[in-house]
Parts: sequence; C-alpha cells; structure tokens
Amino acid sequence: MTPSAPPAAVPLPPPRAKFEARNVHVHYGASHALKAVSIDIPDRTVTAFIGPSGCGKSTFLRCLNRMNDTIAIARVTGTIRLDGEDIHAPAVDPVLLRARVGMVFQKPNPFPKSIYDNVAYGPRIHGLARGRAELDAIVERALRRAALWNEVRDRLAAPGTGLSGGQQQRLCIARAVATSPEVLLMDEPCSALDPIATAQVEELIDELRSQFAVVIVTHSMHQAARVSQKTAFFHMGELVEHGDTDQIFTIPRDPRTESYISGKIG
Amino acid sequence: MAGPDIALPATPWASAPVRARLRRRGRAETRLRLLGLGALGLAFAMLATLVLTLLWSGAGAFRQTRVATEVFYDPAILAPGNLARGDYRAILAVAVGEWFPGLSPAGRRRAGAILSAGAPFVLRDRIVADPALLGRRVTLSLPVSDPYDQLRRGLLGRDTPAAFRRLTDDDIARWDRLVASGLVSAPLNPGLLLDPDSRFPELAGLAGALAGSAWLLLTCFLLSFPVGIGAAIYLEEFAPRRRLADVIEININNLAAVPSVVFGLLGLAVFLGWFGLPRSSPFVGGMVLALMTLPTIIIATRAALKAVPPSIREAALGLGASRQQAVFHHVLPLAMPGILTGTILGLAHALGETAPLLLIGMNAFVTGAPGGPFDAATALPTQIFIWADSPERGFEARTSAAILVLLAFLVVMNGLAIFLRNRFERKW
Ligand SMILES: Nc1ncnc2c1ncn2[C@@H]1O[C@H](COP(=O)(O)OP(=O)(O)OP(=O)(O)O)[C@@H](O)[C@H]1O
Ligand SMILES: [Mg+2]
Repeated sequence: MTPSAPPAAVPLPPPRAKFEARNVHVHYGASHALKAVSIDIPDRTVTAFIGPSGCGKSTFLRCLNRMNDTIAIARVTGTIRLDGEDIHAPAVDPVLLRARVGMVFQKPNPFPKSIYDNVAYGPRIHGLARGRAELDAIVERALRRAALWNEVRDRLAAPGTGLSGGQQQRLCIARAVATSPEVLLMDEPCSALDPIATAQVEELIDELRSQFAVVIVTHSMHQAARVSQKTAFFHMGELVEHGDTDQIFTIPRDPRTESYISGKIG
Repeated sequence: MAGPDIALPATPWASAPVRARLRRRGRAETRLRLLGLGALGLAFAMLATLVLTLLWSGAGAFRQTRVATEVFYDPAILAPGNLARGDYRAILAVAVGEWFPGLSPAGRRRAGAILSAGAPFVLRDRIVADPALLGRRVTLSLPVSDPYDQLRRGLLGRDTPAAFRRLTDDDIARWDRLVASGLVSAPLNPGLLLDPDSRFPELAGLAGALAGSAWLLLTCFLLSFPVGIGAAIYLEEFAPRRRLADVIEININNLAAVPSVVFGLLGLAVFLGWFGLPRSSPFVGGMVLALMTLPTIIIATRAALKAVPPSIREAALGLGASRQQAVFHHVLPLAMPGILTGTILGLAHALGETAPLLLIGMNAFVTGAPGGPFDAATALPTQIFIWADSPERGFEARTSAAILVLLAFLVVMNGLAIFLRNRFERKW
C-alpha cells in the first residue's frame, strides 16, 4: 500500500451512514424511473450498485449529488440526507453539495481543454491551491491516483479530448479526485478500461475508502465482489435488495438477485 | 431456450429485384446531385452577372479624367488676407485662355466648362493650405466636368447629331486639341474613397459614407452583441420556466421577420421624436440597426449554445461549478464560433440595410465625413440611393462603383466570419 495509508495499528472508526435515502422516487416526465428507494450508504466504504441495464442505477446515483436538477423533465421526491442534513433543504447550495460529492459520469466527458486544465479546473474554481506549484502537485497526484500519469506526463498541454476512450475515463476520474470530495460517485468507471488499468482504478477505489465513501455502479459482478463491501441490487426501478457484498453474492434473499448474479436476467 | 422464432429470412442479395432497386437508388442519387449542381450553377451565374454588370458600368468611376493646368495665383486678383474668398474662377479663366490663345470671351467661357465646376475649390483649398503660393505659378491636376469625362470614356457619342448632345462640335474640337497637347490624363481615382460627397459627380467620393457606415456598425455591434448574447444566455441557460422562454422565443423569431422599414419608423418616433437625438446621425442609425440585428444574434447564439453537448455542462456542474461558471468557462467558449458567425452575418445584413436609415434622415446631402457618431452622415447604402437618384450621367458610374465597394465590404465580412469559425472551431 502507499505510505499515506494509516498504520494498521490504529483501527478505523466504525462506518456510519454518509447518505441516508428514504422513499426516493424519480419521474422522467411520465415515466417512473425509480420507485421508493430507501438505503443507507456508509462512510469509508465502497458500495456497489448492480442491476440490469435501464434499472435506474445511474438515476439514483445522480440523485445523490442533485445532478437530476439539471434535467428539466426529472422530478425527484423523497428524502436524502448527507451527514444527517437534507440535501434538498433550501439552505443547501447544490454547488457546494457537488463539490463535496464528486462524480465520474458513465460517458467520459473531458472538457475540450488541455489535460492539465481538465484536472486543474476543480481545484481552481474552489481555490484549493495557492500558486502554480501547489496546483501542479495536485494535478500530478490526481493523475497518478487515476493511473494516467505515466501516459500523459509528457503531454499535459495536449487536449483531453485527444486521449483514447479509456484514457479519457481515467482523466475524468483524476478530475473528480483532484477536488478531494468527501464522497465519490463513479458510474461504470472501468467500462472502457483494459484489465491493467481496471486493476489500478480498483486499487485507487480501495485506497479512497480509507477517507471517503465511494459508490460505484458496475456491470461486472467480479468487480463488485472485488472492490465493494456493500452491494445494492436494482431491478426495474426498484431497490430489490442491499446488504454486505459477501452476503448478496453468497446467500441472496431475493430470487431476482440470485438469477441476476448467476446470469439469468439482465 | 424455447422462445419465439425470431430468425430473419435470408435476403437474396444477388437477385434481379434487389439489383433493380440498387440501380433505382443510384439513379435517384445522380438526379439529386445534378439538381444541386444546377441550382448552384444558376445561383453562381446570377451572381456573376450582377458583379460583371457592376464592374462594366462602375469601372469608369475608378479612374478620373484630369487636366494638368498651370495656374497663376495672381496677387492682383487674390487678397492675401482673404484667400478663402478669392475669385478663383477668374484665375482659372486665365489658365484656360493660355490653352486656347485668341479665343473670344464667349468661347473662353465655353472652354472653361471643360474643368469641373468644383475646380475653383481645388485651387482655393490648395492655397489656403499653403499661402506662400501667392504670386507663384503651380501646375495642378484638375478634374474635368462630367460631359468631358463621358467624352473621353466614349460614352458621349461623337456621331450623335449635335442637337442631341451636351457638347457642340467646337467643344469637341477644343477637347481634342487639349488631348493632343498631352495635358489630359486619367489616373486612378483615390477620391472615390477619400473624398466626401459632392454635387459634382467628378468630385463625389465615399469618405462620408464609409465613415458613416463604420460608426453605424460600431454602434450597432456595441449595442447588439452584448445585449444579444446576454439575452440568449439567459433564455438558454437560466430562464426558469420553459413555457415563458418559449413565448419569448416566438416573439424574438417574429421580431426577426419584421420588415426593416418598421424599425426605421420606430427610430423616427422614439429616438428622434421622444429623445430628440440628432437627425441623420450614425448613432441613431446604429441603434435602429441594433434593434434589427438583435433577434439575429439572439437566435444564432441560442442555436450555438444548444449545440454544445450537455455532457460538458454536466461535467462542470458535477465538479461543483456554479451555473454561471459552467456557462462562462465551458459552454460559451465552445459556442463562440457560432455566435461570432451569426453576429458577423447579422452585421453584414445591417451594413446593407437602407430603408430604416432613409427614415431617420441618413440620406441627407452631407459634404464632409462625420467626425463622430453624432454628426450628420450618410451610409454606404443610402449614398448609393442618393447617387442612383441623381440625374447627372457621371453618378451612374459612381453608383455602380459604390455598390462594388459595398459588396467588397460584405465579402470581407463574410470572409472574416468563415475565418473566425475555422479559427475557433474545436472538436469535443
Ligand atoms: N434524461 C432522461 N430522460 C428520460 N428518461 C431517462 C433519462 N435518463 C434515464 N432515463 C430513463 O430512466 C431509466 C433508468 O435509467 P438509468 O440511466 O438510471 O439506467 P441504468 O441503470 O444506469 O442503466 P445502464 O446500466 O444501462 O447505465 C431508463 O428507463 C431510462 O430510459
Ligand atoms: Mg447508467
């Protein structure tokens, strides 16, 4: 592990719920995309969302940092609390919320700017760096964590859009990590990555767990089993079942979960 | 797994009907291509006809017939203290007399008409600028009057019966002697662009109109560009209710379709009538044109903003950027090529607009270039209008030449639009 990991002798504090979602519904116009989802997402833990395509994983993920606000036809009801505070309360500024809850989108969406500017954008707007040297250090650290540094160290000024799909995905991870959010939401962060990069990103996720809550959407059962401690299974807009990853993958309570993880639906 | 039979029937790719359909499609495509080429050719032919006609009739205005005239600033005629009011006609009469010795006073008057009626002013301006010339002889290149200019260019038929032409046989004979003496030349005519308007076609230039158009466009740009972009950004990125934005959008589209003369009436009633702003001033004209250009810029900007993929906005918002930061840091730079193109096309449209300017009096006869946006001025299109309306034959060529100048400006502006689009275009 990296030297920054806490010494093993100091036990981690017991995980507490970072997010508490109660009875969350999402409608896109007339279509009911998410139905009565209630779940606790613990801090300092990796939670995996699994489920067949179109079941509402991304939709729920986007509820957690209020990205659905930006979709005109989306309507979110129910309560979501971050550290006990309702994120839909009038006093909550979605801008600050999104700075605290970082997101890696399902489709890589780098800015059409240089690789450096992509990563530096978050720290810049939040004033996280005093001076160029500090910013350089943040950018390098973020790119290293996203396992991209070695590939782009010589061309930080090249446009981020000129990278390959998998590199763009890691660039977006680096960009999200650079602002040091408290929670990181990752929507299929490894969908375009080769096994080596996937292993590096999984290592990053595991490392982030020591400080943050991480939520990861994945279609790979193996990945969910490898990186997550908690798993939630969605099906047709419903949260069918959630709990410890070990339990979900060995003794699922719901027959739908069982048939999904054994490859029969989805 | 026992499911419904979803196997598709095999397509006989080599069969006759399939081939026939392929041929039909090929023919349809060829037809469409020919049709497109034909339309393009037609449009191009019309444009070429227009430009060639203008070149043909306007070419004369790019050269001006002049006579090298030796004049004596006679202290007996001019008072040193009052050079601006001297009798320069008399001085010219002496110079003309030297060309044709032994001419009767009537003949001398007739011969004096070779020079432009504005020639005395040329003499005056020269000595006013340099009073030391008093008592000296100078050779000045003076413009000839319109009929003689036409004569040199062969537009005044020598074969026409004398009763039907403006020059008598004697006039023509004198002119030919002058030409034979080598004093006549037809140099390029920078005055077309550098001189202000005049009653005499041989002296009339576009300086006033060019300056007027420049002030107009500047005013129009400074008003419509920020306001248009601001309105479009608000409507596209911030407007809270879709319904309201739609109503506003419909109204803006309607505004874009309002005939330009109506904006002129509005300017007349509001800017001149209520606010009492100066008539004929480029500032008022620019405001009227800004009203006209505004909808174009708003529509172009909204389209450009819409074309920016939403994923870019999401990326910025997801990092904790405010809406305003997302727009100004990411969306607007990407939309800029489209915005600039739309703006320049809107301004090019405004440059050629005539009707609203006529209503606010920008077709006045102004013999000086405006020094600022509040001075009375004409603009290129209204100058064309004035010249086209003038009876003197010499204005015919000037009109065509002015149209060519206007077209050249439009070409430059459209070229600039294309350049900016290519320069700033980035892929995402
Ligand atoms: N912007 C939108 N507008 C309308 N409907 C949407 C929108 N986004 C998602 N939906 C609908 O909501 C449902 C859930 O979509 P969501 O993107 O959450 O699925 P998902 O579980 O992430 O699927 P995948 O694994 O394929 O990414 C789908 O039926 C989809 O059609
Ligand atoms: Mg998804």
